[in-house]
Amino acid sequence: MVNNLILVVPELTLLILACLALVIDTFIKNPASRGGIYWFTQTSLIVTICLIYFYCPHQPTVAFENSFISDPMSTVLKMFICLISFVVFLYSRDYLKENDLLKGEYFILGLFAVLGMMVMVSAYSLLTVYLGLELLSLSLYSMVAMHRDSQPATEAAMKYFVLGALASGMLLYGMSILYGVTGSLQLTVVAEYIVQQSDANHFLVFGLAFVIVGVAFKLGAAPFHMWIPDVYQGAPTSVTLFISSAPKLAAFAMAMRLLVDGMFPLLGDWQGMLIILSILSMATGNIIAISQTNIKRMLAYSTIAHVGFLLLGLIAGSRAGFAGSMFYVIIYALMSMGSFGMIILLGRKGFEADNLDDFKGLAERSPWFAFIMLCLMFSMAGVPPFVGFWAKWFVLKELVAVDMVWLAALAVLFSIIGAYYYLRIVKLMYFDQPTSMLAIKASQQMRLVLSLNGLVILALGLVPNVLMALCISALTR
Amino acid sequence: MFAELPLLSLLIWTPILGGVWVLYAGDRQALTVKYLTLAVSVVTFVFSVMLYAGFDTTTYTMQFIERSSWISTFDIYYHLGVDGIALPLILLTTFTTVLVVLAGWEVIEKRVAQYMAAFLILEGLMNGTFAAMDAILFYVYWEAMLIPMFLIIGVWGGSRRVYATIKFFLYTFLGSVFMLVAFLYLYSQAGSFNIADLHALPLGLTAQKLIFIAFLLAFAVKIPMWPVHTWLPDAHVEAPTGGSVILAAILLKMGGYGFLRFSLPITPDASQAFAGFMIVLSLIAIAYIGFVALVQHDMKKLIAYSSVSHMGFVTLGFFIGFSIYATSNSLSGAVMGMEGGMVQMISHGFISGALFLCVGVMYDRMHSREIKDYGGVVNTMPRFAAFMMLFALANSGLPGTSGFVGEFLVILSSFKASFWIAFVAATTLILGAAYTLWMYKRVIFGDIANENVAELKDIGSRETVILLMLAVAVLLFGIWPAPLLDVMHPTIEHLLEHVMQSKLG
Repeated sequence: MVNNLILVVPELTLLILACLALVIDTFIKNPASRGGIYWFTQTSLIVTICLIYFYCPHQPTVAFENSFISDPMSTVLKMFICLISFVVFLYSRDYLKENDLLKGEYFILGLFAVLGMMVMVSAYSLLTVYLGLELLSLSLYSMVAMHRDSQPATEAAMKYFVLGALASGMLLYGMSILYGVTGSLQLTVVAEYIVQQSDANHFLVFGLAFVIVGVAFKLGAAPFHMWIPDVYQGAPTSVTLFISSAPKLAAFAMAMRLLVDGMFPLLGDWQGMLIILSILSMATGNIIAISQTNIKRMLAYSTIAHVGFLLLGLIAGSRAGFAGSMFYVIIYALMSMGSFGMIILLGRKGFEADNLDDFKGLAERSPWFAFIMLCLMFSMAGVPPFVGFWAKWFVLKELVAVDMVWLAALAVLFSIIGAYYYLRIVKLMYFDQPTSMLAIKASQQMRLVLSLNGLVILALGLVPNVLMALCISALTR
Repeated sequence: MFAELPLLSLLIWTPILGGVWVLYAGDRQALTVKYLTLAVSVVTFVFSVMLYAGFDTTTYTMQFIERSSWISTFDIYYHLGVDGIALPLILLTTFTTVLVVLAGWEVIEKRVAQYMAAFLILEGLMNGTFAAMDAILFYVYWEAMLIPMFLIIGVWGGSRRVYATIKFFLYTFLGSVFMLVAFLYLYSQAGSFNIADLHALPLGLTAQKLIFIAFLLAFAVKIPMWPVHTWLPDAHVEAPTGGSVILAAILLKMGGYGFLRFSLPITPDASQAFAGFMIVLSLIAIAYIGFVALVQHDMKKLIAYSSVSHMGFVTLGFFIGFSIYATSNSLSGAVMGMEGGMVQMISHGFISGALFLCVGVMYDRMHSREIKDYGGVVNTMPRFAAFMMLFALANSGLPGTSGFVGEFLVILSSFKASFWIAFVAATTLILGAAYTLWMYKRVIFGDIANENVAELKDIGSRETVILLMLAVAVLLFGIWPAPLLDVMHPTIEHLLEHVMQSKLG
């Protein structure tokens, strides 16, 4: 039992700290000191990062009768999830303050969401996967609905909840079939059962299809992407920022656990399904993004396209390919965080800079932040020397290595279409005249961290080796 | 003599870091920024001269090699080197950048620091492209180059600049991404991104053909070859003078360089199979685009089409060798054609750059590029008219100018392959003279057309210096091309020996 508990020390600590935050928040009467919860949250995250680092086992270790695993992949992903959430909360604070949303609940729900993600990353049985997923999803639904008086936010929350519940239902249905066929919830047992099957079991593939639907929903792959544009646009920007970053890492981990750890012998089956999802996502995302005028919505479609790209690594079906996907998802989270951070930076009290036109002439208003946004956009488009190029390069390379050159060629074709709408942002910032010359109002720490975020994109592009090696070592046990 | 200095790294990073410094200095001290930029570009030029001085012209091997691990996980190296193909192009780059900085001295008024920095960073990236010996390093420089160029056209360009720059970016991006896929495929076969290893890699004919097509997309767009040249007139017309000069003088050469460095040596059999196709495309560019140039009424557009036509000679020279070798079984004819193509690239860099600068000189005064707005400029700008005369004649291939050498070598080697190829190619001597000199006549000669022309002031000392430097280069390589040919000869001979050996079987 003690051995089991040692493995989950970071999760336990985060749980206790989150509950503590809940208690503290009820005792804060003075609205002016509401900010205290913010500091408590950030400290909790730092403490958790340290614990993850100190309690990571050298070998992959399982606990609670094979329903929880701690391995290099989970360590790396959890640390990035906490780090990214830390930055997200930092970006959020200004926004929440200006929109009168600075309440303890935001951060507490955020902490529970982080906990859910950590559970998902380490889940090693169907039940734990589902538990983590629901903890994350429920927290996110309520975060989207935080802005109670805003009609778009409420609408977004409703859509998110209904579609999310539907997806969870699908996933659960798939899981129940798997359980029915294999007689176990544990991924290891499922995997063993599949290996022992000599010929194809159609029930297994039937279950697999539903599991894939669930995963695709959570990742936001077309044709299960409908919720993404509405939720991204309707939710308060700080929540969009959160949804678009860390949970993608968790969704990737979920896909890894279910498809690779649990059903790797069915590679031939899920590979084909993922190819369809991937091509559809890249096509839908990139093409529809072109016609958007709202930048949050445009980035939502860009997310869908990126998801299509990151699926390519899974499709490759090799360890290096999975590492490529992991690299991609981490880089994507960093870029997405920076882009939504920029929207927050440009906003003011009562004004959201979420139209493309709000970026007009940014190069004259603030050359520095225009440059940061330029880095982010070219990185998303996959132009070297920014790190987004290496993310694409990595998955494409693994795809070519398994003789899927045609898919790689198709993927680069879509990325050219994608380049257009990223270029349009650069065009607005650099080639157009500003509509207002209002100075940018933001706290020093926000400016500093956002600048760092952009520079990291550039620096990682110049020296991507460390992170690449980290992803590879995390996935080749 | 200078072998101990990491000259290639200096050539790449001096301008890039200089550009960052210029950006940091900002627009507040515009004059300081200009002098700083000039200093950085001159220092870089000096480095390239040192490179030339230290270059051994007797061997084809790579020189000034620098190699250190960059992305060890995937065996990607920061691997630089130059041979007889890359060296002239690097010299051309550093030389042109100095001119471009001078050309933008008084003309650029808004965001001066960013303008200057963009050109410096671009220079570093271009040098990197020519010096990279690792395919992925090459690709990174090649693509990164698009960013400053995109901004140069988009921020400082003409009225339709946004359309032109996005077209430019997407067109070139479209070509290059397939090259990336080809590199990845080659890596999966060879296990290395080292260009020399890729040269040695045996490949089947189908694979070679597909790779050749992927490379062709990248390089044909860049050169640009007919029918993927349509981005060029737009980009040239809208770009500021400096942008046009860099575009014509160097960026187009990247495509030609790509053929020599990648297409021909990596896929020799496919190159042979496609040689006829390439020759036909080149001839269409030479003859058809020559006619198109004839009817232009925008001077920049005319020079842009003339560029496409002249670059047709480059590709013709590169691919004519196969049939000569097949009939004569001797390399000398093929070497002549390829050297002609190389000389044509360098010479076109000078001439088209000079012509764009000439148009820029007039545009700065009149704010019009239309031929019909001019007439009788010689009466008010005699010195300028003399310079432009020289460049116009060079563009039409007058013996004694550098324009003649390349065209003559290519036509001569075409004769060995087929009379009719040479015949079509030689029409350029008539067409080139027709469109260039006719434009010259309409703009420069005649009576003073209107009062705007009457008020023109002749070129000042800054403009004189720029045009004089180019005039010297054009005449020097026209009368005495030996230094250029000596540098490239061993490399091209070795390259052709490699290309003529089949990778099959």
